[in-house]
Amino acid sequence: MRLLRRLTDGVAPRALWGLGVLFVLLLVAPTLLGKYGLSVLILILYFAYVGQAWNILMGFAGQLSLGHALYAGLGGYIAAGLFFHYGIGPWTGVFVAVAAATAAGVVVGYLGFRFSLAGVYFALLTIAFSEFTRIAFDHWGWAGGSGGLFLKVDATSDPLNLRGGPLLFYYVILALAAGAFVLCRALLESRLGRYWLAIREDPEAAQAVGVPVLRCKMIAIAISAAMTALAGVWNAFYYNNLFPETAFAMGRSIEFTLAPIIGGLGTLFGPVVGAVVLTGLGEIFTDLSEAFHVPGIKQIFYGLALLVIVMYRPAGVWPWLAKRFGLEETRR
Amino acid sequence: MSGARLELAGVGKNFRGLRAVHDVSFDVPAGAIHALIGPNGAGKTTIFNMIAGVYRPDAGQVSLDGRRISGLRPDLVCDEGVGRTFQIVKPFRGLSVLENVTVGALHRRPDLAEARAHADDILGQLGLHDRRSHAAESLTLPDRKRLEVARALATEPKLLLLDEVMAGLRPTEIDVMVAFLRDLNARTGLTILLIEHVMRAVMALAAHVVVVSYGEKIAEGTPAEITRHPAVLDVYLGEQEAE
Repeated sequence: MRLLRRLTDGVAPRALWGLGVLFVLLLVAPTLLGKYGLSVLILILYFAYVGQAWNILMGFAGQLSLGHALYAGLGGYIAAGLFFHYGIGPWTGVFVAVAAATAAGVVVGYLGFRFSLAGVYFALLTIAFSEFTRIAFDHWGWAGGSGGLFLKVDATSDPLNLRGGPLLFYYVILALAAGAFVLCRALLESRLGRYWLAIREDPEAAQAVGVPVLRCKMIAIAISAAMTALAGVWNAFYYNNLFPETAFAMGRSIEFTLAPIIGGLGTLFGPVVGAVVLTGLGEIFTDLSEAFHVPGIKQIFYGLALLVIVMYRPAGVWPWLAKRFGLEETRR
Repeated sequence: MSGARLELAGVGKNFRGLRAVHDVSFDVPAGAIHALIGPNGAGKTTIFNMIAGVYRPDAGQVSLDGRRISGLRPDLVCDEGVGRTFQIVKPFRGLSVLENVTVGALHRRPDLAEARAHADDILGQLGLHDRRSHAAESLTLPDRKRLEVARALATEPKLLLLDEVMAGLRPTEIDVMVAFLRDLNARTGLTILLIEHVMRAVMALAAHVVVVSYGEKIAEGTPAEITRHPAVLDVYLGEQEAE
């Protein structure tokens, strides 16, 4: 009860009601939506979740990672590899996957933060590590090399091994997204969360008021990498295939950053709103390009739409929405 | 909360061969208010940064109540009881005034609600209460200076280092700040060391003044002694030719 009060302290009642209604709607959504609708919703939740994970490092602690595909790829490959080779189910394999990705995050973080790499220099380091790993996986037989790793597609439902239809994956990603949302709120309303914000704003001033800057950054990247690895595991079992060229691609890392940037960096709802906007736009432009039989039109309009949003709502869509609908926190 | 004794013993710092500070020693007794003055570039802020842990001295040591603090990281120096402000103010720009001070208060009060209440109290003392929900970046310079002091105080230091907090303030605002610091010192026994160019504040606050020039201590004494000291007059007014 106390925890609940702490989490909801200062939140407008109508925002809480809105959240409750939204959650119930998401729970019953599969009965309301068709197959296509559900697949879109799955994408939205996936990007909301993974955006939330990336946002901890960038939005809260202010450290720009452009190599988050590393953690998702490692997580996915390890869980899928364990299942493929040894029949170890993902509910067990996920622990190994998360541990490995967290370890990778700790290595990248230590190298970057210990030597005070900031901004783009840290970003370059994250890209480098994700690229190394891509090349390594290209040549690693156990993981299928550049030919990829494939999980058997069977229609039998076996939730204990994360095998099943879209419904299963929907509820798993919903649980992850909802869990991440609550976790991020709890983190923000804690000392650690406030320390992250202070580091993001001014590391030198933060350290002068007693913030252990290196330790706080390390915790941020560890949590962020671990959460991203979970998304990777889910993704591997949802799509049943993994290729180094896509799993560790720069493009994938960029994809993870878009929802929080468009939605609002450092905000709780940013990744969620951003995921809705981006996935929605993506679907609309795909339909348009099919309707007009112009291939490539999707990418052009998608890019233009992102440009327009970033130009007119540089702080993101969510802060603007929140202000418009009176959903801001009252305390501050 | 009470004050701690600060001691600098033969402290020196070079930057790539440039001698910024050389063999500086002075003490600030527990509960005292001392000032550190000197021309621009004399090394005052470098001395502050060595006390606060930003730089490790190349020679000598800094200690607080007899415990060596030089060489510790800034956050650990803060643990030991040193609070500092920055000459070029460093607010957490995107956070509200209250949140700025709360970050400081969290240092000794891990509970967010408790830290916030403590921060609120300090904002009241510094006359920033009505601006508590404003973004720090929207404050005027005098308010930012006050915010620096509030955030440092929120960490409950035993020694407060103030780096030109009066600069840019109007005379009446200086008087308010001086009265606040004097009252704080009398109430809590907090030790204060201030770098200041505003002589009005130095004279009103400091019992003792240390003067540095070209990285070396050239004089120390009461404000009255300092204003008559020949070396100090040299530095500030240029060498007076004998008639």
